[in-house]
Amino acid sequence: MEQRGGGQETERPSAGRGAARSGAQGAAAARPVRITPYRPEDPGQPNSLCPDYVGSRLRSPREPLVRVPETLTEVTGPDEFERLLGPALADLTTQHAGAPLGQRIIISGRVLDENRRPVARTAIEIWQANAAGRYVHQQDEWDAPLDPNFTGVGRVITDEAGRYRFVTVRPGAYPWSNHYNAWRPAHIHLSLLGPAFATRLVTQMYFPDDPLIDIDAVANAVALPYRQRMVAHFDIHSTQCAWALGYVFDIVLRGREATPMQA
Amino acid sequence: MGDPSRMADNQSPELFGQTPWQTVGPYFHLRLPWRGGADLIGGSQAGAPELMPPGQLQREPAASSATSGRRIEIVGRVLDGQAAPVPDALLEIWQANAAGRYVCAADPRGELPLEAGFSGFGRAASAPDGSFRFLTIMPGRVPDPHGALQGPHLAVGVLGRGLLKRLVTRIYFEGEAGNDTDPILALVPPRRRGTLIARRIAQAPGGAPASYRFDVRLQGEGETVFFAY
Repeated sequence: MEQRGGGQETERPSAGRGAARSGAQGAAAARPVRITPYRPEDPGQPNSLCPDYVGSRLRSPREPLVRVPETLTEVTGPDEFERLLGPALADLTTQHAGAPLGQRIIISGRVLDENRRPVARTAIEIWQANAAGRYVHQQDEWDAPLDPNFTGVGRVITDEAGRYRFVTVRPGAYPWSNHYNAWRPAHIHLSLLGPAFATRLVTQMYFPDDPLIDIDAVANAVALPYRQRMVAHFDIHSTQCAWALGYVFDIVLRGREATPMQA
Repeated sequence: MGDPSRMADNQSPELFGQTPWQTVGPYFHLRLPWRGGADLIGGSQAGAPELMPPGQLQREPAASSATSGRRIEIVGRVLDGQAAPVPDALLEIWQANAAGRYVCAADPRGELPLEAGFSGFGRAASAPDGSFRFLTIMPGRVPDPHGALQGPHLAVGVLGRGLLKRLVTRIYFEGEAGNDTDPILALVPPRRRGTLIARRIAQAPGGAPASYRFDVRLQGEGETVFFAY
């Protein structure tokens, strides 16, 4: 794994500051801004190239990544979620006239940063297959039924304690073309914007005791034990009596370094 | 129940850490892109190919608008290691407004103006020929942590089927002041800097936005520079 280059953040061409300050915008925009950078990715992140996942072979860079310091660009990010992302959709089972088929489940948990602080007010976007493993998507050609009462799309925002909760049905497994007899384990796609461009995360949540996880090229792009960070656990406390099974899934985003840097 | 270490998730102190990235897969159109999502100026439906059957839930966020700043269009294609188009990629952009301010509470420069209707964030799903198109404004220049102004740029995230994690890059603009002294570009090997600079497309004079071309080459000849931080 790449290490953050200790010297990089103070190195820059000696001509840079003076030349830039004579630029069109003048001094106001060039007031130094205190930046507390986010930590680099940890060893649990997958490589872009994972040959067993065939789709990655031609879509992963061969050149090394260029390590750069974070600037205001990377430590800011969109936060007008209501306007950008449309209204909240926390219950995927009530978007149509009837109830969808399948096992009703409640997914809840917290979004935290690496410093174990809750990440409040961040958007989580959700999409998933229906209980038969079929997506409402024109390019999903698997011969499993669509459910007229299920789209499989949601969006929630974490509260002040970083908590989120949504209601859905357990998605089915489905076959795919990665290799002979390949099946994706049941999973829910989760997309998080986080507080900054640098904290963006898209992951997939898996279900405990699913035997397909062990033979799935996408899940296996993440080595054990880190793969287990993507597996929710069954939770009797969030299970609602006579209504729905509860699963808990905490999501951890990149956290800030301990020390701010200031010019 | 098996090996206890395999039962741990992010609730357990010994395994606590970053949730790993996973690909968005081929069906992200269900949720991530939206009609108008690639248009930060407002007035068009750019951003989302029609891959959802009619009658399904569609997201209808408020329209974007920006009235100040130079209007620009960025067109390009996403290409794989054999220079074949990538029809299931998603590009995300994040940029400052025309005054060089980010629409985000983490930008402390309250003296710079905000503009209602301009968020600085956009998404475009690639089309079957790998193409995408953003409509936006030329971002103002923002300082680096040392106070030096960076060249005008967009932060770009590239996601898609086959991409296990996001690739991040930047779009700079041909001919803009500040590219020569930009501290991030200066860290890129000179022979590869050109992959980060959108080229001006010649066009007839008139009121149309200035048009730029920026291709994303995920692998191989002319591979786009991707960053780590």
